[in-house]
Amino acid sequence: MLKLEVNERIYNFDLEDTHSPLLWVLRDQLGLVGTKFGCGMGQCGACTVHLNGAPVRSCSLPTSAAVGQAITTIEGLSREGQLHPLQQAWVELDVPQCGYCQAGQLMSAAFLLSNTPSPTDEDIDNAMVGNLCRCGTYKRIRKAIHQAADTISKEGQ
Amino acid sequence: MRKNPYWSDSIDRMQSAAIDGEDFALPEFSEPRIYSRRTFMKLTGLAASGLVLGFARTDAANSATSEANSFPLAYIQISRDGKIILYAKDPEIGQGIKTALPMIIAEELDADWQSVEVVEAPTNKTLYGRQSAGGSRSVRRNWNELRHVGALARTMLTQVAANNWQVNINECTTHKSVVTHSLSGRQFTYAELAEDAAKLSIPEKSSIKLKSTSQYQLLGSRKSGVDNLQLVTGKPMFGIDQKIPGMLYAVYEKCPARGGRVKSANLEDIRTMPGVTDVIVMPGRDNPFGPLPGVVIVAKSTWQALAAKRKLSVQWDETDAAKDSWSSAVAQAQKLAHTPGKQTIAEQGNVDKPLSEDTRVDAFYHYAFVAHAQMEPENCTAWFKGDSIELWVPTQTPQWGRETVAELLSLDTAKVFVNQVRAGGAFGRRLFNDYMLEAAAISKRIAAPVQLVWTREDSMNQDYCRLGGFHQLSGSVDKEGKLSAWQNHFITFTHDGKKPPRAGGLKENEFPHPMINNLKLTQTMLPWDTPSGLWRAPSSNVLAFVIQSFIHELAVAAKRDHLDFLLELLGRPRWLEPGNPEILHTGRAIKVIKEVTEKAGWGKPLPKGHGLGLAFHFSHAGHVAEVAHVSVTEDKVLTVHRVTVVADVGPVINLSGAENQCEGSVVDGLSTMLGLEATFEAGRIAQTNFHQYPILRLPHTPEIDVHFIDSDYPPSGLGEPALPPLAPAVGNAIFAATGERVRTLPISKEGFRV
Repeated sequence: MLKLEVNERIYNFDLEDTHSPLLWVLRDQLGLVGTKFGCGMGQCGACTVHLNGAPVRSCSLPTSAAVGQAITTIEGLSREGQLHPLQQAWVELDVPQCGYCQAGQLMSAAFLLSNTPSPTDEDIDNAMVGNLCRCGTYKRIRKAIHQAADTISKEGQ
Repeated sequence: MRKNPYWSDSIDRMQSAAIDGEDFALPEFSEPRIYSRRTFMKLTGLAASGLVLGFARTDAANSATSEANSFPLAYIQISRDGKIILYAKDPEIGQGIKTALPMIIAEELDADWQSVEVVEAPTNKTLYGRQSAGGSRSVRRNWNELRHVGALARTMLTQVAANNWQVNINECTTHKSVVTHSLSGRQFTYAELAEDAAKLSIPEKSSIKLKSTSQYQLLGSRKSGVDNLQLVTGKPMFGIDQKIPGMLYAVYEKCPARGGRVKSANLEDIRTMPGVTDVIVMPGRDNPFGPLPGVVIVAKSTWQALAAKRKLSVQWDETDAAKDSWSSAVAQAQKLAHTPGKQTIAEQGNVDKPLSEDTRVDAFYHYAFVAHAQMEPENCTAWFKGDSIELWVPTQTPQWGRETVAELLSLDTAKVFVNQVRAGGAFGRRLFNDYMLEAAAISKRIAAPVQLVWTREDSMNQDYCRLGGFHQLSGSVDKEGKLSAWQNHFITFTHDGKKPPRAGGLKENEFPHPMINNLKLTQTMLPWDTPSGLWRAPSSNVLAFVIQSFIHELAVAAKRDHLDFLLELLGRPRWLEPGNPEILHTGRAIKVIKEVTEKAGWGKPLPKGHGLGLAFHFSHAGHVAEVAHVSVTEDKVLTVHRVTVVADVGPVINLSGAENQCEGSVVDGLSTMLGLEATFEAGRIAQTNFHQYPILRLPHTPEIDVHFIDSDYPPSGLGEPALPPLAPAVGNAIFAATGERVRTLPISKEGFRV
């Protein structure tokens, strides 16, 4: 029996192969399909989740390495029915095109804002360089991160 | 010329089938029907209170097939609780059509957009006519029909209100799902009127008044995509997100050289791996669009299937497999470049005299094959149920897929149910349904619901790539600085030895050919066995680079300003074939070019190492001009600072979506021209995953300004036409900045990097 803590909820389940990347356990066993499969080798960032608050590529992380840690996925980014300011900005600025990479983009951006509440363009470059968007929504991603940062700073005042 | 003996079906024919067969005619509509809540729920699976109003095409209503009767609520449902459901008929692949098409209905319906719910329509030709995403045609194809649908419903709702108040319908106005009697101020909501409206007969078409462009309130505004909230909260939206109780997971190993067959494999080792339920050698069939021969592994989870696939070792019989080599094609093309060309595409006047007497420019352009590399790998969920099959599939051509699955499994088309699901990008890859056929075949074979998922490596090596190509151009400018001759020997590829596939051709009517008095276009074809495909803005995405760069080369040779030279070439404003949206309108071209140069500050002084580049291209009924502002360092590090886009695609439907498509096209165009290529050796694509296929990343994104011409032509799509001008605009800007001409795609081949 394996125990994982995902989005502040404890999941107990059987797993034949604990080397199975976390991505597939989230998607196939726990039904959390918001985290996406893109490349399987940590190149595209579509599978980004947080492990103890820091972004990891779940396609390349053995599930055994996530046991006993706090995992957050896109499904857990909004709290108590309240959208994260990034999610709100993503909707307001109509960021997605196909939308497939956006969960990963949001998770990378959420980590950025948790450490750097008022990021510069350079901070955004560094935080987001690992997330591919084949549709090319980068301009809006940058704008939405700035907008969410503004929202957070206003809420903090 | 040879033909791969393995392929019985023509690749050219299939490419054409994927995007042809458009029907732009306006259908007749059926009488509306009303349904009880219970029936409605049974038909749609959706909850609704009260009664609903729906329209279908007349041919659907008259049809005796069970199909038409099982789902007659084609476009609009207004229920008593005030909810308005609009069905989005065409596949959503990231082009924003699931938002745009319902907006057209809602505009004419005067529906309150806030209370509109959009639902993906089922795949059903009888109800919806053609459903597909390709050729930037969805807006064009649906514009008339959807406006009429909305106006029809609005008219009927208003008529009920007018009858009720015993006033003339002309005294009534509609706004945000409410009918108002102007004189008395009395009001009815659509929800209150829907039931009675459904009892009216369909009014005469002549009594339906469509709005004029100036009356639009919703169209042209910025609306966020209808799925955005679900997308940012990680809801199951995509093909790969589908789950069915008892579903198994499959992977499919095929020969990396197309056409190879399974000779032997370590099947017994694989059968004993954890979670593996089936290992099947699929014979495949004699068709380049699948299913191909290979080994299928079915397991209880995706990971177990993937882990087993890693251990799988297949020996391939490559007797009939493709042996294509890109390096050898390049070498052949370079040799052929200075020969006359085997076939003549077009000849006007005489090129020889001006080419020998005037100022002459010769240039050899070439571009590589590229892969689609859409973010969501190919996948399909299929559930064979004995005498029918249900599929959930991200595809651009659900109807064609449905028909081919029916044919493959020998089922009646009515027994194939295709659920449209959101596609994580497509770019032309999903015009072909090979993965859908594979999933259907597997589900039938194992008699269980199954989700087939391709790896990124599968997606790369089984792609239908954009063809590479070569152009040996010669041109001249006379003493007045006018273009006096244009000669192009185009070296392209052929699959059947007879003609290039659809996306590998050069058209006589491509700008600027019709404007040139002394013109010679010839062609030589190299054989190529690996089936090629259609990649965003097929043929335009490469021809624009070649043609718009060479026009600039000639302008430079003539010592003329590029803008003046280009405008002179376009000549007086005219539609080269009046009324045909597929044909260039020079007036619209001139307008976008003038506007883009104004917005971008054409001619302004720039620092050393900086340059502006201009390009125009007409494709997919869209006229688009772009100016790129770049700088280049001495060691060839390129920075694209800003790209200005001006497009004339008629009235814009969703301004936010339209801008997004242009921004994305700029990024895609830049990404592709900078460093993307799929090189082939021994029939295999060398690039296996993103580490070898460097899609542009966020830090290298330029500023992008997008503007639309306010024009009254029928609207056209934006998935493609903003992409082609990007590469030549950047290439011309590099020349302006450095004096160095780029003639190769990707430009990393010429030493440029970001």
